Amino acid sequence: MSLLEIENLSLAIGETPILKDVDLAIAPSEVVGLVGESGSGKSMTALTVMRLLPHLARTNGRVTFDGIDILGASEDQMCALRGDDIGMVFQEPMTALNPVKTIGEQVAEGIRWHTKAGRAEAEERARKMLDRVGLPEAKFPLSRYPHELSGGQRQRVVIAIACALKPKLLIADEPTTALDVVLQAQILDLLRDLVAENRMGLLLISHDLAVVTEMADRLTILRRGEVMGAGDTARTLSDQFHPYTRELALASMHVPARPKTHLAGSAKPLLEVESVSRDYPGRRKSLFRPAEPIRAVNDVSLTIEPAQSVALVGRSGCGKSTLARMILALDKPTAGAIRFRGETITGKAEAELKPARRDMQVVFQDPYGSFDPRQKVEKLVAEPLHLLEKQPARAERREMVAHALDEVGLGPSDMDKYPHEFSGGQRQRLSIARAIITRPKLVVADEPVSALDVSIRAQILDLFAELNQKLGIAYLFITHDLTVARAMSDEVLVMHEGKIVERGRTADVLDNPRSEAAQALVSAAPDLHRAIARRLQEQG
Amino acid sequence: MTAYLLKRLIIAAVTLVLASMVVFAVMEILPGDPARLMLGFNASADQVELLRNQMGLNAPFVLRYLHWASGLLSLDFGRSYTYSVPVIDLVRERVVVSLPLALIALALSTAIAIPVGVFSAGRQGRAGDALAMGAAQLGVAVPNFWFALMLIYLFAVWLRLVPAGGFPGWSAGAWPAVKSLLLPAVALALPQAAILARVARSALIEVLNEDYIRTARAKGLPYRAVLWRHALRNAMIPVLTILGLQFAFLLAGTIIIENVFYLPGLGRLVLQAINQRDLIVVESIVMLLVAAVIAVNLLVDFSYAVVDPRLRGRQ
Repeated sequence: MSLLEIENLSLAIGETPILKDVDLAIAPSEVVGLVGESGSGKSMTALTVMRLLPHLARTNGRVTFDGIDILGASEDQMCALRGDDIGMVFQEPMTALNPVKTIGEQVAEGIRWHTKAGRAEAEERARKMLDRVGLPEAKFPLSRYPHELSGGQRQRVVIAIACALKPKLLIADEPTTALDVVLQAQILDLLRDLVAENRMGLLLISHDLAVVTEMADRLTILRRGEVMGAGDTARTLSDQFHPYTRELALASMHVPARPKTHLAGSAKPLLEVESVSRDYPGRRKSLFRPAEPIRAVNDVSLTIEPAQSVALVGRSGCGKSTLARMILALDKPTAGAIRFRGETITGKAEAELKPARRDMQVVFQDPYGSFDPRQKVEKLVAEPLHLLEKQPARAERREMVAHALDEVGLGPSDMDKYPHEFSGGQRQRLSIARAIITRPKLVVADEPVSALDVSIRAQILDLFAELNQKLGIAYLFITHDLTVARAMSDEVLVMHEGKIVERGRTADVLDNPRSEAAQALVSAAPDLHRAIARRLQEQG
Repeated sequence: MTAYLLKRLIIAAVTLVLASMVVFAVMEILPGDPARLMLGFNASADQVELLRNQMGLNAPFVLRYLHWASGLLSLDFGRSYTYSVPVIDLVRERVVVSLPLALIALALSTAIAIPVGVFSAGRQGRAGDALAMGAAQLGVAVPNFWFALMLIYLFAVWLRLVPAGGFPGWSAGAWPAVKSLLLPAVALALPQAAILARVARSALIEVLNEDYIRTARAKGLPYRAVLWRHALRNAMIPVLTILGLQFAFLLAGTIIIENVFYLPGLGRLVLQAINQRDLIVVESIVMLLVAAVIAVNLLVDFSYAVVDPRLRGRQ
């Protein structure tokens, strides 16, 4: 018998339909993956099961959990289920915990609420649960606050809260999307173990086909609120009977065509980074002793040649973004020198940096946060033009913006719109248009596609590749996603704890990593081909 | 934690010193010679000069400041020009009226504002919220002296529950004394409570959209429990900030309210002293009020650290 059964579920918020006739079932100790792009209704399906939908939501259909009619249950009945028989883990571990309460209080709270246990008993159980999720007492006493933990550790606390009372069903909504690949692999392992230990059903929601394939026995694919395909994971993906499933699988493995690859040593370097270090002031331990600095970037040297595409990969917190900021002259190195086109840029005044800035642009990760919402596209894309020697006249400026928009696949009529009128993928195109309007020689892209859906991601990667081939722009791609590195770069630099530990041709490094850090990254990275092959093998 | 508290303490001390300089300098440039005032307009120039020397008014500016400031530290505020008694005696007599009044008003405004804010935030956009916020809007708009008059009319003239004004003194017993402070405290507290309730509501609504509220709901806590246990403490930071800032307005309000209710407090004393050019009394009371505001804001800074562990650092 199924533990959770969703039949013909439809959902509308106000007048907007969100879900249409969704069917899904989970048996005890079964892992079911729910896959889809952003806005497909994955999270809303989960929130329907928890009955934590926004106010104006109206539901139709049947949701049965353990014999209880969820849609018809009273709020008191739901409160009794939530956190006891149904646990939930969310995407963003950095904000999922209350910053003013200790982790002990937060894990014990649900236990006390549901079991009416006393404080001491609840704390003892919380302690055991934290031990179980890999936060031992010696390093993580109950009195720790969330801000003292890293993202991966916080996600473990969230899992401890959700699993403290051994729920029959765990819903995990993109539980590893905000984590780097190594942490992702650890958290997925933990979830898999908890399922096996407690015969718990797991609804794993993800946009990442590879992750779901590694984890799920069965999967359901959602698109715009409708089920596009469902069934046994390996068979659903290997047959790829449904065109949308096929499309998703292909997009997630997409490698853009780049006929002209660029090998190192063939030209004078465009960018030279020479033994650069960056220290940040550490936390003071005593009033009277100066704090010990934290070395974020440690003696890093690298070169990038014109038209070369280099990927800088590493785990979160390894110093890659700090390095990028110094290359862009947004931050000053503590030691070392950075030269761009043979000229030193470290320690120069802002006015002297103008020519360098013109030839060096940036694309950021978040296409939503990187535009002023009150300005029109024309002004936003034209922003870097103030770096030019001669300011273009208004008509000329409009022409330049139109040209840049055309190059990224947008039309001249988009010039008079505001950022909120564009989708995430289109906004990332705007970021790229802004970056290339001054015809730069180097573009630094910090996780430029990690916030995008797979199909949009494939298009943006194509665009990056095309601009590299056509305009000869060199790239520094900062990413923790090895598929992006593999798809886009000629060379890979692996960074670990502030140092560059490996450098080489992309295929060489990713296929035969030599350093420990690179091996860890490669083995933890989910790979769709590998995952499907393994599934099929298991099933014989 | 200690580093944070020490830093706040130093900042408060420096502010106090700077404020004392400003207060002293402003009093210096105000027109009106205290010696001339004390002797009357018929006194000869020699007599005035003699008194000025006696009072130390002819000493250099810096010396006089240092003398005055060091006096403050030992609670020696000098002698009143008009009453010819030590200022500290005057202050001591009045502060037992004003301080309880301010504290009752502060406690009252918090006690009204927080529940109203929570109530409104929990019913965002519904009738109860609209009603509460409408009342708060009224509270912000209506000045406290008008409130005071209305309260006197209702509770003293009409219902005859409390006296309309005056203060029997603490020697008359605690309850009669507190009773005569009740109306003024309510009049002072209501406008403050209105502002604070609005701040509490908007801070709560912002916090209720945070991810950790969803985590708490997913634990099985009912909405009300989430509101009180998880949201309120996080919403306290902006509420505390406004509370600290409001204290200064509360003190300014007591000057008006004490006059409306005929209370023998610091507010009435300072008004009389200004009229009589009793500069030393004015200076002393202004410094006291400044010190009170700084002390309350220091308390607010400390309570931030109690509310938010991120300010405490690692222990």
